[in-house]
Amino acid sequence: MSEAQTTTHETIDEDRRDFIHIATAATAAAGAGALAYVFIDQMNAASDTKAASSLEVDISKVPLGGEIRVLIGGQPFFIRHRTEAEIRSAESVDVGSLRDPQTDDERLVPMQDGSLNRAILVTSGSCTHLGCVPVGPAQGNTGDYGGWYCPCHGSHYDTSGRIRKGPAPSNLPVPDYRYVSPTVINISL
Amino acid sequence: MSGHPSTYEPKTGFTKWLDSRLPIVRLAYDSFVDFPTPKNLNYWYTFGGILAVCLMTQILTGVVLAMHYTPTVDGAFASVERIMRDVPFGWLIRYIHANGASMFFLAVYIHMFRGLYYGSYKAPREILWILGCVIFFLMMGTAFLGYVLPWGQMSYHGANVITGLIGALPVVGDSIKAWLMGGPSIGNQTIQRFFSLHYLLPFMIAGVVILHIWALHVPGNNNPTGVEARKDPEGLKKDTVPFHPYYTVKDAFAIVVFLLIFAAFVFYMPNVLGHADNYIEANPLVTPAHIVPEWYLLPFYAILRAITFDIGPIDAKLLGVIAMFGSIAILFVLPWLDTSKVKSMRYRPVARQFFFGFVVAGLLLGWCGASNPDDPIIPMGSDKLVVSYTDANGNEATQTYDEYEPAATFRDQKVEEGVDASIAVQKAPAFRFVHLAQILTLYYFAYFLVILPLLGLREKPKDEPTSIHKAVLGSHDRAAPAPAE
Ligand code: HEM
Ligand code: FES
Repeated sequence: MSEAQTTTHETIDEDRRDFIHIATAATAAAGAGALAYVFIDQMNAASDTKAASSLEVDISKVPLGGEIRVLIGGQPFFIRHRTEAEIRSAESVDVGSLRDPQTDDERLVPMQDGSLNRAILVTSGSCTHLGCVPVGPAQGNTGDYGGWYCPCHGSHYDTSGRIRKGPAPSNLPVPDYRYVSPTVINISL
Repeated sequence: MSGHPSTYEPKTGFTKWLDSRLPIVRLAYDSFVDFPTPKNLNYWYTFGGILAVCLMTQILTGVVLAMHYTPTVDGAFASVERIMRDVPFGWLIRYIHANGASMFFLAVYIHMFRGLYYGSYKAPREILWILGCVIFFLMMGTAFLGYVLPWGQMSYHGANVITGLIGALPVVGDSIKAWLMGGPSIGNQTIQRFFSLHYLLPFMIAGVVILHIWALHVPGNNNPTGVEARKDPEGLKKDTVPFHPYYTVKDAFAIVVFLLIFAAFVFYMPNVLGHADNYIEANPLVTPAHIVPEWYLLPFYAILRAITFDIGPIDAKLLGVIAMFGSIAILFVLPWLDTSKVKSMRYRPVARQFFFGFVVAGLLLGWCGASNPDDPIIPMGSDKLVVSYTDANGNEATQTYDEYEPAATFRDQKVEEGVDASIAVQKAPAFRFVHLAQILTLYYFAYFLVILPLLGLREKPKDEPTSIHKAVLGSHDRAAPAPAE
């Protein structure tokens, strides 16, 4: 092919070539985008993992002054049966002086009849600092404020699960839970 | 060197036939036999070869471990114990793999400090240096993923802390974290993907290693003088020797010594670098008292924990994460931070002092990372006991004691009077690990961001030798001989 021929060929049908180039690139981009979505989304929680995200707990089994620990979807939760003294100390705190101000009542969920079961406190079991599981009454160390102590970097929580001392920024969160009956609660993530 | 013409000549009929179809023997010959290499390379330059051996060791032992390993929450720990007890020589292969990771990092740190000292990151080797940083980053990722696999207490809770860091990112943190873990927490789905990625990454490392060597073979090796080998055939011949046999033998010797040390760990102290907690199966409900990563990640862990203060709207936790990743990211731009034209620290008397300071800072950061940040290094006074109680007017009051006995008596007395009283420990002021880590973190960043950029402009370097050849023979036209290293 001579030089002249090639150049004329190049100019002939230029629009159609452009159209094919753009159409090819656009289709490929859409395909790549769709594939990327599939390959990224497959790493998200699978349906069965999501389904295993709530649990019913019989709170009548929790010993007075003690707690039980449950795992929901691999995450730890504390269900604590507080003594009268522990409830009193949780209620007598000056809320304004707290790092993450919350009254004890705000950290409880009413039973079906609308009243509060102050004896039972339900909180997340992972320290709000870096996610260690604090120790509590069963491990013989409840920290300076009678609730929980996180041995990782020394966070102290009170008997309402509120942060009182140490590096953790906020209170142990209260999970989403409700009373199914006076003795059974349903906790979900 | 890419400018160097190929000297390979196929001799047999087969090699001639092959050479005109796939010149692979030629590539190997030009890269590792007749490759012109500066004749003054010292033993610090043998760590590249050592690293190649490390990577091959990890891949070989890893593939074998994968034949016996079960990546599930119920099976992982037991399968590793089975490798240790029942699989023929399983204990040996696992100990080689576990200690191999440590040896790999030991070698890579020496290799990197070598590069920092001799200015190997400077033009024309910026890409070479960056590829090295990519390898280092991938290695850290691989080692982190691998450490999760045996599913011990440290595996689980260490991974929890690290994924928790990602959760510290604003807005997107929590969803990225859930995406990485494949659910609300580290579970079966996490261990499966970590295993898959732990298998994958070493091969990506191998790919980057090929690019790394390619980028090395364009300008050729740097050397302890930092003076480039001359390009003209006469000068090149005087400044360099062929890679084989000179450096194949030197590297082989170093590799054997390295493997002897490696073997000493594997056979006589296979667990000193590990953590006893990792021989307890992972239990999400019980956190070990002291979570520490593997030794080779400690300096970065110390930087993470050194940031205990907020700056403006950015809280301490996020700042710590930024500082930790920043400390690695900064290595990538180092070629443009160091303003000095002189490569080797041999001829930079001031920068040299700061470099040794940097090495010490790195080691001390490791010490901080291994220690509890609140433990005192230099105590100033002793701890006190404070009894808090409500006084007669209903106000909060405190009384301080040195000894437990009187404090307890006082508290009991108050309790008998019917008021609330409790004892707490008031820690004495002290210079703590967290303070040391803060100073060292500051130095780490200052070295790259302040010292190297400014020093290059202000420092008066010593005279460099005019060529590698002159440096080796000791030249008469230079006032001071090169300092011995
Ligand atoms: C860059 C190279 C590699 C590094 C730095 C590395 C690092 C590690 C580390 C630190 C562990 C934990 C060891 C322990 O304490 O038990 C581990 C475990 C493991 N690695 Fe690797 N690894 C590498 C390559 C590979 C490859 C290529 C495979 C192949 C599949 C592999 C398979 C495994 C398996 C199955 C385990 C679990 C068994 C065990 O814990 O001993 N690794 N790796
Ligand atoms: S994780 Fe609890 S104090 Fe750091």
